[in-house]
Amino acid sequence: MMPRAKLKAQKVEAANALLDGRALPQGGAWITRARSDAEQRVRDMGLPTKRDEYWRYTDPRRLTSADVVAGALHDTQGEAPAFDAFDRVKLVFVDGVFDADASDPMALDGVEICQLSQAAMTDLHWARDIYGALEARGQSPVERPLASLNTAYATEGVLIRVTGKPAKPISLIYQRKSETSDAMVHHVIRVESGAEATILENGPFATRFNQVMEVDIADGGTLHHIRAQGRDHERAGSAHFFARLGAGSHLKSFTLTANGALIRNDSVIWLDGGEGSAHVAGATVGDGAFHHDDTVFITHGAPRCESRQVFKKVLRHGAVGVFQGKILVDQIAQLTDGYQISQSLLLDEDAQFLAKPELEIYADDVKCSHGSTSGEIDSNQLFYLRARGVPEDTAKTLLVLAFLAEALDEIADPAYAEDLRARLEAWFERRG
Amino acid sequence: MLEINNLHAELEEDSGVKILKGLSLTIKPGEVHAIMGPNGSGKSTLSYVLSGRDGYEVTEGSATLEGVDLLEMEPEERAAAGLFLAFQYPVEIPGVGNMTFLRTAVNAQRKARGEEELSAGEFLKVVRAKAKELQIDAEMLKRPVNVGFSGGEKKRNEILQMAMLEPKMCILDETDSGLDVDAMKLVSDGVNALRDAGRSFLVITHYQRLLNHIQPDVVHIMSEGRIIKTGGPELALEVEENGYADLMAEAQA
Ligand SMILES: Nc1ncnc2c1ncn2[C@@H]1O[C@H](COP(=O)(O)OP(=O)(O)OP(=O)(O)O)[C@@H](O)[C@H]1O
Ligand SMILES: [Mg+2]
Repeated sequence: MMPRAKLKAQKVEAANALLDGRALPQGGAWITRARSDAEQRVRDMGLPTKRDEYWRYTDPRRLTSADVVAGALHDTQGEAPAFDAFDRVKLVFVDGVFDADASDPMALDGVEICQLSQAAMTDLHWARDIYGALEARGQSPVERPLASLNTAYATEGVLIRVTGKPAKPISLIYQRKSETSDAMVHHVIRVESGAEATILENGPFATRFNQVMEVDIADGGTLHHIRAQGRDHERAGSAHFFARLGAGSHLKSFTLTANGALIRNDSVIWLDGGEGSAHVAGATVGDGAFHHDDTVFITHGAPRCESRQVFKKVLRHGAVGVFQGKILVDQIAQLTDGYQISQSLLLDEDAQFLAKPELEIYADDVKCSHGSTSGEIDSNQLFYLRARGVPEDTAKTLLVLAFLAEALDEIADPAYAEDLRARLEAWFERRG
Repeated sequence: MLEINNLHAELEEDSGVKILKGLSLTIKPGEVHAIMGPNGSGKSTLSYVLSGRDGYEVTEGSATLEGVDLLEMEPEERAAAGLFLAFQYPVEIPGVGNMTFLRTAVNAQRKARGEEELSAGEFLKVVRAKAKELQIDAEMLKRPVNVGFSGGEKKRNEILQMAMLEPKMCILDETDSGLDVDAMKLVSDGVNALRDAGRSFLVITHYQRLLNHIQPDVVHIMSEGRIIKTGGPELALEVEENGYADLMAEAQA
């Protein structure tokens, strides 16, 4: 084992090497301060390495290297992108750069939307209290230097303030058109008291992406977040989702991931006010050279809140799935109801699932449970279906979709769940 | 319809554990045969070997359905060819709705036979009517397959599947176990409604009572992997009264 101090010195050295000589983007006073603070955080923490506690199962080098590993574009053979059939406000990013021509006007009753690049030029903006602030808070107790790196250097993204109940979802669409793009995108979402909105995200993003979304939900606010990270085999990236919830507010965040060389999704959630709820769920399908990591940290910081983590992964042909999930219950958070389940279905012997479920509880009157399983398709169920005349491939697809259903059920609106379910079905049918 | 000849089967894993030891049986179209026999005599194994479950190796003998070799086919092909097994222990499938399951099965078989798939509307109509006869309510049709069903509900659900799939050769493995008196009547009525000249049944049971409702043409007694005696309905009455001891001694003599 390398001594701690030496390891830390190496991490810091790597961060300095990456950042020295790299100028922060131009901007107004508020963002310049946020960016330089964040840059300092990266230098203080150093870059992540596989020796860090929460990078043990996933090698971050591809996410921290100076150069991007080139990746061929993926041909989806005419399959319509996720959410295509829904009426929504479309905001398109191509290789991480906002494309105004391809996007809808940023006008919708009950929401204010503006680009980060424009807000950054102002001297004062409502996002000031959130941009980089939730990310900074999320550095303890677990360091997340990639997110600070993003706060310091991202110039793209949108700032969304939800003041009412907009009639349509806001849809962030990430297209990849380059084999070497390296994208950094930073969004901020503020849901005002009593407001409610749905944010959709879909698309492969970029050859390499580093995304941060900071979400601040005021008392009684509700946010639905549905993300479809697919379909692209050769991209790699990391997405951080930081969310702070006020009293009586609700969050539902769902992520579908289909393939990708390396995808790391961190969700860091604080239940700051009483009687709030946070549900984070994910369905992942990986075939071949695929490494997918869900790392979730939910802090119950107030009484009578509910949290759920439901993560399901279907893996084959050497695909690797990682789940690291923690429920932390502060002393004050009595009557917490916390639930966590992570399960994998391994379709062959080459696939691998690594799970690290954790509970840390300082309150005495709580209900918390967690479970993690890894298994294969149930041979009794498969035989039962086949004995009724269902061909083996169809039967397997049915069982795999049934396995993923518990995660999809976490999406509040069944129309979105059905859209994603149909994609998963097609994904399996293409493979047979 | 079904012709089984000198069938020998053993467990694939613990090879050497022989379960079927030269079983022969012929069922003509339209006939109902019953098999009775002590626990562990191989009745369920016979039904699994016929329907193609993994884990058994046929070492000798043959089984044909309307002259077609069953043993060479995949389970789904056997089903499409008209074989149906009502399971002794119906399997729970969380996450798959009963309705989806039924429609997928019906349409898969139709497709395999080159018939057109049923439209959603047609399917719904038929399913509702048949479910009603078996007193299966709409709620049960919506729930995941067999999940949280009582023992009797699971058995009725098997018969609903049979009614929907309209197989030629139906094997019922202890469909009467776990049924209350009324449910037994319902299930028997369901089976009797399907009886016709082109359809045959093999009814595995421990109790003569079921055979009062579903009257068999032929009764077989199975012991240690073979049919040791074949007779008419009176054979079931004899078992009910005297058990298997005499029959087994007679067979050994
Ligand atoms: N997969 C298996 N593994 C181990 N033993 C098995 C297996 N399948 C069957 N057997 C054994 O083979 C024998 C026959 O079992 P089978 O279930 O066919 O009996 P049965 O006649 O249906 O009994 P019952 O009346 O209790 O339902 C039993 O001794 C059983 O334990
Ligand atoms: Mg049995």
